[in-house]
Amino acid sequence: MSKILIRGAKVLGGEAQDVLIDGAVIEAVGSGLSAEGAEVVEADGKVLLPGLVDLHTHLREPGREDSETVLTGTRAAASGGYTAVFAMANTFPVADTAGVVEQVYRLGQEHGYCDVQPIGAVTVGLEGRKLAELGAMHESAAGVTVFSDDGKCVDDAVIMRRALEYVKAFGGVVAQHAQEPRLTEGAQMNEGIVSAELGLGGWPAVAEESIIARDVLLAEHVGSRVHICHLSTAGSVEIVRWAKSRGIDVTAEVTPHHLLLTDELVRTYNPVYKVNPPLRTERDVLALREALADGTIDIVATDHAPHPHEDKDCEWAAAAMGMVGLETALSVVQETMVETGLLDWAGVAERMSFEPARIGRAKGHGRPVSAGEPANLTLVDTAYRGSVDPAGFASRSRNTPYEGRELPGRVTHTWLRGKATLVDGKLT
Amino acid sequence: MDTQDTSGIPASDARPVLEGPDIARVLTRIAHEIVERAKGADDVVLLGIPTRGVFLAQRLAAKLEEITDRKIPCGSLDITMYRDDLRMHPPRALARTEIPGDGIDGKLVVLVDDVLFSGRTVRAALDALNDVGRPRAVQLAVLVDRGHRELPIRADYVGKNLPTSLRETVKVQLAEEDGRDTVLLGAKQTQ
Amino acid sequence: MQRHLISAADLTRDDAVLILDTAEEMARVADRPIKKLPTLRGRTIVNLFFEDSTRTRISFEAAEKRLSADVINFSAKGSSVSKGESLKDTAQTLEAMGVDAVVIRHGASGAPYRLANSGWIDAAVINAGDGTHQHPTQALLDAFTMRRRLVGRDAGLGQDLSGRRITIVGDVLHSRVARSNVDLLHTLGAEVTLVAPPTLVPVGVETWPCEVSYDLDSTLTKSDAVMMLRVQRERMNAAFFPTEREYSRRYGLDGDRMARMPEHAIVMHPGPMVRGMEITAEVADSERCTVVEQVANGVSIRMAVLYLLLGGAEPAVTHARIEEK
Repeated sequence: MSKILIRGAKVLGGEAQDVLIDGAVIEAVGSGLSAEGAEVVEADGKVLLPGLVDLHTHLREPGREDSETVLTGTRAAASGGYTAVFAMANTFPVADTAGVVEQVYRLGQEHGYCDVQPIGAVTVGLEGRKLAELGAMHESAAGVTVFSDDGKCVDDAVIMRRALEYVKAFGGVVAQHAQEPRLTEGAQMNEGIVSAELGLGGWPAVAEESIIARDVLLAEHVGSRVHICHLSTAGSVEIVRWAKSRGIDVTAEVTPHHLLLTDELVRTYNPVYKVNPPLRTERDVLALREALADGTIDIVATDHAPHPHEDKDCEWAAAAMGMVGLETALSVVQETMVETGLLDWAGVAERMSFEPARIGRAKGHGRPVSAGEPANLTLVDTAYRGSVDPAGFASRSRNTPYEGRELPGRVTHTWLRGKATLVDGKLT
Repeated sequence: MDTQDTSGIPASDARPVLEGPDIARVLTRIAHEIVERAKGADDVVLLGIPTRGVFLAQRLAAKLEEITDRKIPCGSLDITMYRDDLRMHPPRALARTEIPGDGIDGKLVVLVDDVLFSGRTVRAALDALNDVGRPRAVQLAVLVDRGHRELPIRADYVGKNLPTSLRETVKVQLAEEDGRDTVLLGAKQTQ
Repeated sequence: MQRHLISAADLTRDDAVLILDTAEEMARVADRPIKKLPTLRGRTIVNLFFEDSTRTRISFEAAEKRLSADVINFSAKGSSVSKGESLKDTAQTLEAMGVDAVVIRHGASGAPYRLANSGWIDAAVINAGDGTHQHPTQALLDAFTMRRRLVGRDAGLGQDLSGRRITIVGDVLHSRVARSNVDLLHTLGAEVTLVAPPTLVPVGVETWPCEVSYDLDSTLTKSDAVMMLRVQRERMNAAFFPTEREYSRRYGLDGDRMARMPEHAIVMHPGPMVRGMEITAEVADSERCTVVEQVANGVSIRMAVLYLLLGGAEPAVTHARIEEK
């Protein structure tokens, strides 16, 4: 592999510097680096970040290749500046055996757009009754360290306790989709003023918060670590803040859409806004932003959830839950966190690359932009503003809530171990 | 109540062609004509077409009662739902249809309106009447006939024949609705 | 321009009064030898019913036929819908047959709104009840019934319900009738009180333009109209209330309670009634109960709505709601 010189990039938003890549590794970072023998990319003041890492992606393969495949999903990831994604286990068949996780892992390696780190199911078939072979999945070629029944909550307290205990043996982590199932039967949207008016089944905040409270206490009791998926309420923030202050080993993620959108949008009955957990209120949105800024929430994860058109082009109750997010995540974070002054670009790198890689034990990802490190990099034109056009998505699905919305920032280049996967906004 | 005359706002340069006393006089004459042609008017029912036709019908009924010394049944017939130009305008608020207690079957119904113009209102009224009952005969009384018929319809009793051009408007004002009695002829306002 | 009737909340006071006044004239057609008007001749209306509701469907059908519209009845049961056809495809299929308006009843809240705003079809959409969201013609016929009884047929023309005190009792949480009535009655100037066990009041009700009470007896004595909502026995199994008997003791309307209402006050029910649950036979069969009148008024109201939305080149009703972009 040849050399690449990225000239004049604001590394993590700092002073403009040159970054020289040799093969799969960053050879040097400094000013006035020699371009000799190197392909030059004029960064021209763009921001250079470590390759982004998504701890929560639905790639849909195997089983729902009509909405996404590992290939289309990783192309979407590269397009959004990601060099590693964690693929959720709710596929068909469920990723609850070493066989399925290895298949997904290999597909990611073959396509080469983005590393795919499979997440293993906590329980067999996501049914919440019997632990899946967590150890076998960890020992497989996929080396699974994150386990989740995402889409479903591990609601049985004993199963959750056992899972938390069991993964300690190999440093794993359980990522909980916090949703008390009985409190959310028939739930369609956040329970509150808007649901009362629209006559849609309410999804109370307490259904999320009660599970988080239980699980942080369980994690404390058994001395394990727990990760909370897509935290969505102000109350959840309070509980996580309290747990961290007690020294409980808990980490938490927030999705870009929960940082920007509120349940007021549901007034359109447009299922593009239907998502699990549901869009909450403005008060929740502001609390989530603040918590992400102060570190209570550790990371941003997309919960990229592709669905075919017909599953959204229907009445609300019949529609599938979820939105695509890989290709808009960084823009939404720039809009909600950077342009509001809550985070600088180093803070963004921390929450979208370093920390998710640390939580998921993703080797070679989330590393500093410095000599000797793997050349997983993302170059962002932060001055760009444009409206979102789903027709240009690399994802197979178009279920974005941002269609036509003007958002800042555009990823122009992504390098995975020195190999460009995105050049001038175009996939290679 | 032809469509061109429903604005209620007379043109700024409108001039009166009939004043209060003239209107009273022609209504008296029409009342006498009705009695004469209906041979005593003992089966006459007056039905005014809203809005101003109803007031004219009431005034005619009062005059007929003076002449015949009998109670003359008088009501209203709203033609809105029977108009042939419904699809050309937003739906209008409906007016009241009030058929006198004994109905119209076998009676001589005299329809009363303010202005006879294209004849389309009267056609709609004949359709509306058809759904209410079966009169022995139907006649038409109007305060002003301004010509320009678009249908084979003529009035049996006319207060005043008023030759007009299509660029003119005819506006009837009555005390019950407008505070004074007058018929105004004006130029159509260009838009 | 809005051409649809989706929610009672979309109607202005003047819109609502115009509909009630028009319905008053429509009601008179029922007294004539020929109960038919030519107004919607040549217009085709489909009654698209995804939920069984014989009484609402028949009421719309009677209204449509009295206005001379061509009527197509489509019931989802046994149709391609039961084989998995989407709402969009069903609607587009019907529109391809030249339908001018769709009267839709659907179990999913928001389905009529989607139909009207998603660009699937051009026809006018009239909501005949969607999920637990809205049932605007029911609210209109209820308001019409109240205006006739409390203000008077002729005296009521042009009038709203200012200062009238209306109590709505029962399963507010699952009731589109309650939501529609709260919106419309508020628009018409009435003071609305909802009475229900706390389990059957939605979270978020605090922003509704009405009072909420858990005590029926204290509310009854100052009500001009008391509307009883149907309470399904299945709610008991989901722990909304302990037993049927306890529900009817606390929230049912019986003869004793009715006797404590003001003399002029009426009892209403959208039907179908569950006798012995929310209402006793004695009350249901009394002079003060308007249940049969409401059915008759339903036809007049639906004629008025159809005329005002479809009778002209464009609708006479000016809605407030902003359409989806």
